[in-house]
Amino acid sequence: MDHKITVTVNGQVELVQVPSNMTLLRMLREKLGLTGTKNGCSAGECGACTVMMNGAPVNSCMVLAVECEGAEIITVEGLAKEGKLDVVQQTVMEEGGIQCGFCTPGVLISARSLLDRNADPTEDEIKEALVGNLCRCTGYERIIKGIQKAAKME
Amino acid sequence: MAEVKTPTIIGQPLPRKDTYDKAIGAAQYTDDLQFGPGLLHARIKRSPHAHALIKNIDVSKAEQMPGVKVVVTGEDFPGRIGLYIVDRHIFARDRARYVGEPVAAVAAISEEIAEKAVDLIEVEYEVLEGVFDPIYGASKEAPLIHPKMDEYYVPNYVFPQKGTNISNWFKIRKGDVDKAFEECAEIVEHEFKVPHVQHVPIETHIAIAKFDLNGKLTLWASSQSPFAQRDLIAKTFNMSQSDIRVIAPYVGGGFGCKAGVTMEALPVAIAQKIPGVPVKLALTREEEFYTNFVRQGLVIRLKVGCDKDGNLLAMKNTMYWDGGGYTDYGVNITRAGGYNSTGPYDIPNVWTDSMCVYTNHPVGGAYRGFGMSELHTGVDQAMDMLADKIGMPQDEFRLRNCVQGGDTLVTSMKMHPTGLDQCIQHVAEALDINKKEEPSSPTKLRGKGLALMWKAPSITPNSGSAAKIALAEDGTLVLSVGGQEIGQGAFSAMAQIAAGVMGVPYEDVKIDGPVDTQYSPYEWQTVASRLTWSMGNAVKRAAEDAKRQVLDLVSEHWNESPEDLDIVNGMVVSYKSEQEMSLEGIGIYGIPKDGYEGWKGNGPIIGRGSFMPNYISGLDAETGQGTRAVVHYTTGCQGFDIEIDKETGKIDILKAVSAFDVGKAINIDNVKAQIEGGLIQGVSSSIFEEMLLEKGEMKNPSFVDYRISTTTDLPKKHEVFVVEVPQDDGPYGARGIGEHPMVPTIAALGNAIYNATGIRLYGPPFTPEKVFLAMVDAGLTE
Repeated sequence: MDHKITVTVNGQVELVQVPSNMTLLRMLREKLGLTGTKNGCSAGECGACTVMMNGAPVNSCMVLAVECEGAEIITVEGLAKEGKLDVVQQTVMEEGGIQCGFCTPGVLISARSLLDRNADPTEDEIKEALVGNLCRCTGYERIIKGIQKAAKME
Repeated sequence: MAEVKTPTIIGQPLPRKDTYDKAIGAAQYTDDLQFGPGLLHARIKRSPHAHALIKNIDVSKAEQMPGVKVVVTGEDFPGRIGLYIVDRHIFARDRARYVGEPVAAVAAISEEIAEKAVDLIEVEYEVLEGVFDPIYGASKEAPLIHPKMDEYYVPNYVFPQKGTNISNWFKIRKGDVDKAFEECAEIVEHEFKVPHVQHVPIETHIAIAKFDLNGKLTLWASSQSPFAQRDLIAKTFNMSQSDIRVIAPYVGGGFGCKAGVTMEALPVAIAQKIPGVPVKLALTREEEFYTNFVRQGLVIRLKVGCDKDGNLLAMKNTMYWDGGGYTDYGVNITRAGGYNSTGPYDIPNVWTDSMCVYTNHPVGGAYRGFGMSELHTGVDQAMDMLADKIGMPQDEFRLRNCVQGGDTLVTSMKMHPTGLDQCIQHVAEALDINKKEEPSSPTKLRGKGLALMWKAPSITPNSGSAAKIALAEDGTLVLSVGGQEIGQGAFSAMAQIAAGVMGVPYEDVKIDGPVDTQYSPYEWQTVASRLTWSMGNAVKRAAEDAKRQVLDLVSEHWNESPEDLDIVNGMVVSYKSEQEMSLEGIGIYGIPKDGYEGWKGNGPIIGRGSFMPNYISGLDAETGQGTRAVVHYTTGCQGFDIEIDKETGKIDILKAVSAFDVGKAINIDNVKAQIEGGLIQGVSSSIFEEMLLEKGEMKNPSFVDYRISTTTDLPKKHEVFVVEVPQDDGPYGARGIGEHPMVPTIAALGNAIYNATGIRLYGPPFTPEKVFLAMVDAGLTE
């Protein structure tokens, strides 16, 4: 059965028709064409599909689209504003925290969400906030440095 | 042209070409491509048995399901496929040889329907006795997994043993090992075991295939090897390579598992039955774990001896590689294990048997530095044991015995200049390796250890690269390559070389992508840490060619000699007449003659460059000896200062140190990034990772049960040294560094554990449980 939901994605109000079993991840990728958010496991274990839902990071593969009625969603495509990168996009990139880039959208959302709730996180707090974002390439160190740099700049 | 020096841009830590798109979510990966409503989704019926005869397959119920468009089985595809030994069918035909082997497939209008239809396929099996141990598999008692092995195609450097499960037996017979052991003052003899591990890219395998109505094929795939895939698929499906187009967008992590052909032939086979319609197959994470190519398990038996002064005299090395149900890639890993079997040590007498054994485990493939982490896990722990026995400090023993330029290697090849000794000294000094230091608490034990490594690109002897550079109207450069950006920064290194040669700003070099075999220049595969070196040479030559054309054109216009001209910061300059000219327009339109009396130039400028090593020699089948086995060796050393919690067995890395000789860093920051990321992947496989296989079935195919390193598992500190002893045929002296940083890690951690506890663990992963129980057995804790 299909449902019509209203959801705000990256500041745009969207009216979407979704089947009951469709996840937020699939809705973003397949209904709205927002393919920046990645699918790494479909099981809430890798963090590649992390988006912000009402300000909090969620694994979008674990949220049903119908649960998003009235919600505000931010994806990696919504981080930059008017062509200007979000500070964490800039700093994680500058510090070399991006290699294959498949975990990057989720990493950046987790980072943005952390800095929104804690402007001056300790290294351990950064690690804790990112523990659900698996990265196989970088070894994490440069991602962490990027987030520390972003916190200093904001 | 002015004297050629290394341009100042070479080595600079310039920003990568690919990361902006990745940071804003614009970088396209294969699953991001849109195929419209006609797209079909495939799911695979897989064997639940490790070894079984297929007696009957009934697809009638699946075919009748609404929404199902195609059902295929092995009956439809008699051809075999494989990179080295051609031993696989696309779908199992008479026999399944590992759990998860494709038996049949469905393509339907949705993944859900395809999944349900796959469940309706009924397969009747006769379960056979399986082989789950490579030593047993190599014995005469083991059932034969490939009774027709001798009918398979193999290249002339792979040696299957008829009537056995051994699909390749590589031998080294150098010097007189028995006599040399008699002269040894100390000998160490032991067996080490390395378990199967998975590559775990965050992007799982995915491919979409479409046959046009005229019979031409397009394949979109997350791929390290678009050209090798074109070739292997052409051979299997009896097509012309030029009728196949492989398009490979960004790869979300490869580490070797997206090399060769793994699952990509499956959607091709299905799509062949329904021309005009694209068919997509994306592996689930579970499938990625249990059906994808794995890093093979290894049992390695080593005997090494030295004289009273610590000089290595002899090594006997017997390796049983657990190749899995098919060894189309594994036979070459076995070969690499063989010709590298001493590790980076100068040993005059060597006897090696490196055997690739068919088992009913998952299929072995290339994993970052293939064969080398496994080999070095044994070799460098054995060296540690021997140094200990002869009573020599670890660094001193290694400095005494490590390979140096001019040494005669295990294959009789002469070693080129290498900075391995410098790497050892860096690590030893940074760790103060011989100083015993106090743990931070009485409940902890502290120790230090190091290990060496070497690795040569394990490639076909004549694997080639090509590159093309075109000037755009505004004077910027478009660089085309067939090598893939899999996260390692290859595109950026290539742009840096092109900018350096051409004398243009780095920002003015654009890399065109995605790699597309219809338009991109040829590249064998993005594997073996070979791109910076091989593709780098092709790019350098293409840039030199383009530059020569530009200077010829402008020198004609100025009526000067091209020798007096150069391109500096994007401007053509004359050192003689001090004239200047922008590149704008001239690469496309040429230069107008005075008074517009016609034009100078031969049309749009395209620089082209190719490279292929043409000096690799064959090795004798019985002795493994030859003049030049490999193109070159990247060498290095890694060490750890660790603490072990006596109450939990948990290892904390206080400090890690890595030093590698990269010949010449093209981009120092990206080199360091590879070393850092590789270290963590190595630590992950040392401490956490193991595929738990029971009768061939993986028991932990999820991120919850197969743990990889997270942000909370990092060393407190990692110091990196980049040594640069140039490679004679590398671009500006460069060698590869992609794989090497995780090669010595297991051995180095094993050696540090021994130093801390006096306990030698003969096989990773060094889990807290394993370390704790070993400490209990040794009476160190209770």
